Amino acid sequence: MIQNSIKAAIFSMCCFFYIHAAAQPNLGEIHGNFQTDVQYYNTDTIIGAPIVPEKVLMNGFANINYTRDNFMCGVRYESYLNALQGFDTRYKGNGFGFRFATFTKDNLTVTAGNFYEQFGSGLILRSFEERTLGIDNALDGLRLKYAPISGIYLKGFIAKQRFFFGQGEGIVRGFDGEININELSEKLAQAKLKVIVGGSFVSKYQQDNDIVYKLPENVGSGGGRLKVSYGKFTINGEYVYKINDPSIFNNFIYKDGNATLLGISYSQKGLGINLGAKRIDNMSFRSDRTATGNNLMINFLPALTKQHSYNLAASIYPYASQPNGEVSFQGDVIYTIKKDTWLGGKYGTTINVNYSEVHDINREVVNDTTSLLEPYTLGYKSDFFKIGNRVFFKDFNIEITRKISKKWKTILFYTNQVYNLDVVQGHPGEPMVYSNIAVADITYKLNASNAIRLEVEGLFTKQDMGDWAALLLEYTYAPHWSVAVLDQYNYGNPESEKQIHYFTGNITYTKNSNRISIGYGRQRAGLLCIGGVCRIVPASNGLTLSVSSSF
Amino acid sequence: MLKKISLIITLVSTTLMVTAQSVQRVPAVDIKNLDGSVFNTGKLANDGKPMLVDFWATWCGPCKAELNAIADDYADWQKETGVKLVAVSIDDARNMEKVGPYVNGKNWEYQVLLDPNGDFKRAMNVNNVPHIFLVNGSGEIVWQQNSSAPGDEEKIYELVKKLAKGESIK
Repeated sequence: MIQNSIKAAIFSMCCFFYIHAAAQPNLGEIHGNFQTDVQYYNTDTIIGAPIVPEKVLMNGFANINYTRDNFMCGVRYESYLNALQGFDTRYKGNGFGFRFATFTKDNLTVTAGNFYEQFGSGLILRSFEERTLGIDNALDGLRLKYAPISGIYLKGFIAKQRFFFGQGEGIVRGFDGEININELSEKLAQAKLKVIVGGSFVSKYQQDNDIVYKLPENVGSGGGRLKVSYGKFTINGEYVYKINDPSIFNNFIYKDGNATLLGISYSQKGLGINLGAKRIDNMSFRSDRTATGNNLMINFLPALTKQHSYNLAASIYPYASQPNGEVSFQGDVIYTIKKDTWLGGKYGTTINVNYSEVHDINREVVNDTTSLLEPYTLGYKSDFFKIGNRVFFKDFNIEITRKISKKWKTILFYTNQVYNLDVVQGHPGEPMVYSNIAVADITYKLNASNAIRLEVEGLFTKQDMGDWAALLLEYTYAPHWSVAVLDQYNYGNPESEKQIHYFTGNITYTKNSNRISIGYGRQRAGLLCIGGVCRIVPASNGLTLSVSSSF
Repeated sequence: MLKKISLIITLVSTTLMVTAQSVQRVPAVDIKNLDGSVFNTGKLANDGKPMLVDFWATWCGPCKAELNAIADDYADWQKETGVKLVAVSIDDARNMEKVGPYVNGKNWEYQVLLDPNGDFKRAMNVNNVPHIFLVNGSGEIVWQQNSSAPGDEEKIYELVKKLAKGESIK
């Protein structure tokens, strides 16, 4: 940590000298942002909230960046005193989690220090941050980006990955090239057919200290992608292959891995259609073969399912990608019925229908003497075009949005889901959960500044925790104030002592980029997911304070 | 040791803040257009007229509510003030392919950009979505807000009108 602080100090000094060396009229700009979340924990045995010896926990960070012309540098100071419940406790104390300097000269961009990067859709490489989930797999090293001629984009880096306040053991090397055919010449720029092709290579190095087995020290992975657009149609595909990479995540099998993502879209005014397919086969890719949780991930495997935003749909049975193998399909149609028609009403009505289905991949034994997924073997054979029998998730949902008048706006939402608790949340032996969720979301604008929003939700299932109801009432006084109360009530829980109200109240004050929010109440234990990556949050009861700002 | 280092950094930062200009411009970062081509945000401009830059995501209810509310009056706003709205989606690979169909499905006339790994979001110091910025004709950020409530669109438009007339909005 001390080493990190010194590095950060050196970076700041570099910035400082850069400014003083600069000509006086252009002194550059300093900007940054800040966020802190503080929680006071009450003991609550009913919901199973763990006892917090410190009583108060806090996560916080501040970014400070300096920019001048084509130069930028900055640091992020982070503080976990101690980390909030649900975050990995290895986020501990204070330190500089991120520091970097970057400049661009004649289409060459050089970055030294920390950086985030994504190749293609991320199937092969994605270094990113999701602070609310405690995910930060920032790379630390050197990166070059170069655009030698119009339409050609090259990127390369060698770096280590962040591991809490330190670094992971492995070294990650990556190269990516992309050609935008239409940018190559002015004649091609006029073409109606638009084509972008790309290719990547990513490898990691980690020493093999295993005394019995020979583990690959260098694991290479290559991929290609293509995006073709013609008028209203777009086709998008990416395929990634990885050589054998035994790890704790795949039960130390020597099978190669691969991932495929395919998407087709059609859209015109008032109508949008998106169809997608995805197959993942043994594609957990981390810079340390012993890494668990959300740590040291090199790639990102997006879930091909709708990302729900309503309370019960988003928080009780959220789906997360299965890196060891899944096949999924999704269809999404959005249609706006024209305004000033009988069906569309005065302002138009939008209908969004979405369906997704996720199955296991097909898996067969490699020979008669080896059981499925047996460690230090090839693990299994899989037919690319066969779909496994196990269902992981199914979701049919429909959302209708209609502005009735200047004052009234409604959204009606319904979803029917099948959820594999065993696989997605790791609860072996639990039955499949079949659920229906219905939501009515009504906004009433009292006048230009005052509005009330009511969300009524019901989740109905015979399995797991049974039925839920949720009620959210929100009053906003634009542009500064918002007051909300939320109650999630597990009235259908088969165990009557677990028929609990999870009640929270929240007041938020916003002024420009400052935001202060105070909340009190109970937080349900469960999965918190953003973008298909999840973290388990424990039950808690208490007072929360959240402050964010930027300048 | 740590304390000393923190002190140095605080001092350096303070010096920087004093010496650096208080003007904030839109930083130049490579992100993507809807068709997947590279777009450098340093090129964001609106011919000397006001410009709104709004960060949103397909999974963000308040973001969509705000952009849909503005969409109802956007043609009038453009006629009266020449304002342009740039909607920057922070959707990652999970939802990125749905952004184009959504934008068309909702008949939005905005310039839409994709920021799937949060590069522009970071450069603009955005913590959460929605976060909207108002940029004047000289490319300076003159106002921003990190949240959205029904009715905000009218307040935003008041600011846009003032800016278009050349009045100060401080």
